[in-house]
Amino acid sequence: MNTYSSFQIIGPKMIGPSSSHTAGAARLGKIVSKLIKGEIKSVKFLLHGSFAKTYKGHGTDRALMAGLLGMKEDDENLRHSLEIAESKGIKYEFIETDLKEVHPNTVKFIVTQENDELVELMGSSIGGGNVKVIEINGMKLEFVGQYPTLITRHLDSPGVVARITKILSEHNINIAFMSVYRQDKGRDALMVIESDDKLEQELVGAIKDSTNNIKEVYIIDSL
Amino acid sequence: MYNFDSGEKLIDICMKHNKKIWEVMILREVENTEKSYNEIFDQMEDNLDTMMNAVEKGLNDEIKSISGLVGGDAKKLKERYDNAKGLSGKTTLKAVAGAMAVLEVNASMGQIVAAPTAGSSGVLPGVLHAIKEDFQVEKNRLVEGLFTASAIGLIIAKNATVSGADGGCQAETGSAAAMASAAIVELEGGSPKESLHAAAMTIKNILGLVCDPIAGLVESPCVKRNAIGATNALISADMALARIESIIPFDEVVEAMYKVGKLLSPSLKETALGGLAATPTGIRIAKEIFGK
Repeated sequence: MNTYSSFQIIGPKMIGPSSSHTAGAARLGKIVSKLIKGEIKSVKFLLHGSFAKTYKGHGTDRALMAGLLGMKEDDENLRHSLEIAESKGIKYEFIETDLKEVHPNTVKFIVTQENDELVELMGSSIGGGNVKVIEINGMKLEFVGQYPTLITRHLDSPGVVARITKILSEHNINIAFMSVYRQDKGRDALMVIESDDKLEQELVGAIKDSTNNIKEVYIIDSL
Repeated sequence: MYNFDSGEKLIDICMKHNKKIWEVMILREVENTEKSYNEIFDQMEDNLDTMMNAVEKGLNDEIKSISGLVGGDAKKLKERYDNAKGLSGKTTLKAVAGAMAVLEVNASMGQIVAAPTAGSSGVLPGVLHAIKEDFQVEKNRLVEGLFTASAIGLIIAKNATVSGADGGCQAETGSAAAMASAAIVELEGGSPKESLHAAAMTIKNILGLVCDPIAGLVESPCVKRNAIGATNALISADMALARIESIIPFDEVVEAMYKVGKLLSPSLKETALGGLAATPTGIRIAKEIFGK
């Protein structure tokens, strides 16, 4: 059962008009921003359900872009995000579509980075500003961003998970939740670790240096 | 030690430890998060500052919503209470204008605090702003009021819902008004029991209120529903402070509200398919906004 903090009832501090269509959208964008290396060349936002129908009236478009630019949901510049993106030369497109069996407020980001590599993330805004990430780079997974989150992209091979958890234990970090996802045996895998403790950026280097089988490490602060 | 999931248990904790609701809420937060008392207090103070700034902005600036449908009404009401003897009394009109101000700021993509949602974010700041000015309540006490309010919201969120899509407007602005009402009862020296009576009466007064936003946007009738939420909070608080009791206990009112919400047709729960959204004028406005 959710214990609810006082600040989930009085909060979040946010830019209006809607906690699900604006604040949640910005938070999803912010999570995507943590997965991006370098500058953004272009981005497509695939909008589903209520996001597709009402995104203009709720400023969902501005909120998604603001998050992607690294803004929090309470940033006064949120409403200017599209102009800011244009001034940075970022090309963008909002596409109304059907993402099938997902929550009514769902978006899929397809970001082209400056090195032409794609970052894709699908997530839902599930109410009150709370969000859920359901897919990264085509791989199904699930996390909600309430905890500091560590994501690794690694080769599905023996010992990788043990190495990572060893490093976390050396840094005195307690794991609250942990899941591993893969598409095919021996290929790319993702691990999502949600922690009770703040995750410092130095962990990225420590984990990456521990074995050649870890390709990327991302840290996403709690929302 | 300080966790609870019903109004009855909250009262037990208040009695057992001889504490007000707001104190229990801070101690509960300390217990659950390991953050310090002061850290938690400061975080809520920051929310209060944001709320009061939104009230001032809406009362004094020229505001227009994204769609152009709402904005400027809070200012009109302020002009009335500044220059004329209002029928509803100055404190009430101030609370109403403050509530409308915040919702107008929200609709224009300004900064607000969800309380408990963005669509109901006007009630609590509107009421606290009016009380602050007319009853000379110190800032720290207003922060305490926000903690009291959060207790009511928490019980509703746990046992029912605060989302318009789930429970209609009764769950959204109804909850906000119940929270505000309980808060000002405690600020005016009422007991925890009286706070819960105020919250219960507030919800009873608007039981069944539907969520029927024009074009599905958090604009109309949301601004005015927040206005009536503010008056509802004030009236229920005055009734509770006069020792008037809710015949149905708070926990049962919350349960009734939840069940009524379940019985409401989906067309009356934020889908913009029924109520005011489905009137000829509501449909015309929606076409104009999305035809742009």
